[in-house]
Amino acid sequence: MSEKKNKWFSLKLSNKKKVPQDTGSCGCGKKSGGCGSHASTEVAKPVDGFDQVMGATMDRRNAFKQLTASLLVGAGAISTSCSVTSDDAAKEKAQIDWEEQFKGNYKLMSDDEKKATVDRLVRSHQIRTQDTLDMSSKTAEEGVLFGYAFNISKCQGYMDCVSACVTENNQDRNSQMEYIRIHEMKDGQGINFGEADDNYYHEVPAEGHFYVGTQCFHCDNPPCVEVCPVQATWKEPDGIVVVDYDWCVGCRYCMAACPYDGRRFNWSKPEVPKEEINKNQHYLGNRLRKKGVMEKCTFCIQRSRDGKNPACVEACPTGARVFGNLLDPNSTIRWVLENKKVFRLKEDLGTEPKFWYYMD
Amino acid sequence: MGSLKVFKSLVIDSLDIITHGTKKYHLWMAFLTAVMLAGMYCYSIQVEEGLSVTGMTNRVSWGLYISNFTFLVGVAAAAVMLVMPTYVLHDVDFKRAVLIGEGLAVAALLMCLAFVVADMGGPNVLWHMIPGIGVFNFPNSMLTWDVLVLNGYLFINITIPFYILFRHYQNKEALAKVYVPGAILSVFWAVGIHLVTAFLYQGLQARPYWNNALLGPRFLASAFAAGPALIILVLAMIRSHTDFKIEDKTIKKIALVVTVAAQINLIMLVSELFKEFYAPTHHSESAYYLFFGLHGKNALMPWIWTAIPLNILATVVLTFHKLRNNLTILYICCFLLFVAIWIEKGFGLIVPGFIPGPYGKIAEYLPTGIEIGVTLGIWAMGAFVFTILARTAVEIETGKLRYKKK
Repeated sequence: MSEKKNKWFSLKLSNKKKVPQDTGSCGCGKKSGGCGSHASTEVAKPVDGFDQVMGATMDRRNAFKQLTASLLVGAGAISTSCSVTSDDAAKEKAQIDWEEQFKGNYKLMSDDEKKATVDRLVRSHQIRTQDTLDMSSKTAEEGVLFGYAFNISKCQGYMDCVSACVTENNQDRNSQMEYIRIHEMKDGQGINFGEADDNYYHEVPAEGHFYVGTQCFHCDNPPCVEVCPVQATWKEPDGIVVVDYDWCVGCRYCMAACPYDGRRFNWSKPEVPKEEINKNQHYLGNRLRKKGVMEKCTFCIQRSRDGKNPACVEACPTGARVFGNLLDPNSTIRWVLENKKVFRLKEDLGTEPKFWYYMD
Repeated sequence: MGSLKVFKSLVIDSLDIITHGTKKYHLWMAFLTAVMLAGMYCYSIQVEEGLSVTGMTNRVSWGLYISNFTFLVGVAAAAVMLVMPTYVLHDVDFKRAVLIGEGLAVAALLMCLAFVVADMGGPNVLWHMIPGIGVFNFPNSMLTWDVLVLNGYLFINITIPFYILFRHYQNKEALAKVYVPGAILSVFWAVGIHLVTAFLYQGLQARPYWNNALLGPRFLASAFAAGPALIILVLAMIRSHTDFKIEDKTIKKIALVVTVAAQINLIMLVSELFKEFYAPTHHSESAYYLFFGLHGKNALMPWIWTAIPLNILATVVLTFHKLRNNLTILYICCFLLFVAIWIEKGFGLIVPGFIPGPYGKIAEYLPTGIEIGVTLGIWAMGAFVFTILARTAVEIETGKLRYKKK
């Protein structure tokens, strides 16, 4: 138990150490630069280099902007001479698409830039569908590190968590993408994933079976983040591993690197029926994705950063799912970790998942 | 200014050469163009619909494209087996073959890059990966290392032959002090590209089938067998279709390289099989799936059981001097070896890495027609590029193509 405690302490300490350093280099103290990687001064330095690169990107983008502006003037001149009621919306949309295509990596953006891209996305959606979204770019709060625990004794395999997750996170309905898998295991065989069935269609709880759920474990040492060639995926300061869908190039190296089957790819254009779209969105969370990019569980970042539980936790009828702040000594998750015999999957890989299993 | 004029003349002359030829040549090029066009059509469907038109899924997320990419990195690296004896060890027997080898490396590298791009979900945002403009996750991601070494190797393999041919075109000797440093660099670089590509897989703790210290060395051994085997076949083709003289001695020396590499590769295969099957652990499941199938799923069995006997047969036959020195037998063996290693290092390496999945799920992979179309198109592109390069090089080296001062 004390060893476990040490682990949070090491997390906590590294978190604390990092904050003052980051405020120096990135201004905001939470996002940008080093937040995703290790907490050491050596790492913080090259991040500045990236920031400088981003400075260069801005110049290029300004150049593009001016180029677009002049193009639009030209195009405008033509269109005004041809049509009467000019398509202002179409023009604006073209401008937005252009800026979106050449924007930088979200991880390295300043707060203003983050807000700007979110505004553009909301506006673009409005032009396309006449619908308003509520998209957030809310950053991590200080002193928060999210963790999750799963009670194997309680889960009955109802899969309410799975459907709640799909609805909440606007996942592609055509390919039936699901972040959570519930593995049905036989009593007497122990936790044996090889023999388990993660695709059952019968009444639950089935006699002589128990259920274990898996999803992204938001590792503290995530292999998926290391391998990404463009830093399109990273660990936020509150421990959530996120993907910038607009920066991902779709190489799927992260998918090969994940030992927990935590990542999903959009093999074709994801479709969500208009009336089913969850409009309460976050840039790093459940906003609508596009074809050819990775996505994954974000602990419902649009909910958890607003102080709510993820959709799976809220939907679970048996109370098998516990979510909370690992740095808050009075949280339920801390109580579980201190009072139950918890374990994690594939601990030998050194990934340090922030997802624990326990039994009553 | 002067050299610019010569360069212009070289471009015009080589264009003239590659657009003229025998009927057979035109048929060959027309055939390759048709395959390329078909491949581009398939790719356009893939761009439109997404990667869902391929056989890849969330369970097996890399397939035919990455398999071919891995194999072709080896073919590219194999040029070193000609470069080293020629430029570093000054073995005159290799001198005529080396330019062909380097041309093959260029074609293989272009195919590698094409396969990687074909595998991308967002080819339109690939600029995110360009250092300086995008964000390059160097040195953490092995993929960024691979981007660097592959493009660097491509640069070396374009510039050295170009310099030599450019000098010969003007009836001048190529200066050794100019190109030998580059050649020496390319020797290390060739080993580098293949080791880095192996590390791409080897570094993933999530996939025990790849996370294996022998993977890198095995990559090198199989590459130095399959690559020169292809070079022998190409040289045989060039020899019979052009005036370019390549002596038997050259081919036999390259055959020796192929043989030794194939023997080492076989030893490593035995070592790998021993480890997987003598005391099988949970981590041997991928190998079990590959060789024997798991839970009735055995899509890869026919492939691997074609590859292994071919590999053993070719290696054993090549080992006997008498058989190896018979050119017909040599060509057949080279072909068999090439096919065997293509299977083993392509399909046989990439797909079982994902099977069984992280939680033991066995979902099989079969490429779709569109995937195969794109793959054939890229191979045709490689053959097309190589034919153009080789024809120009051969014409210059045989002295038919020379700069005419006016």
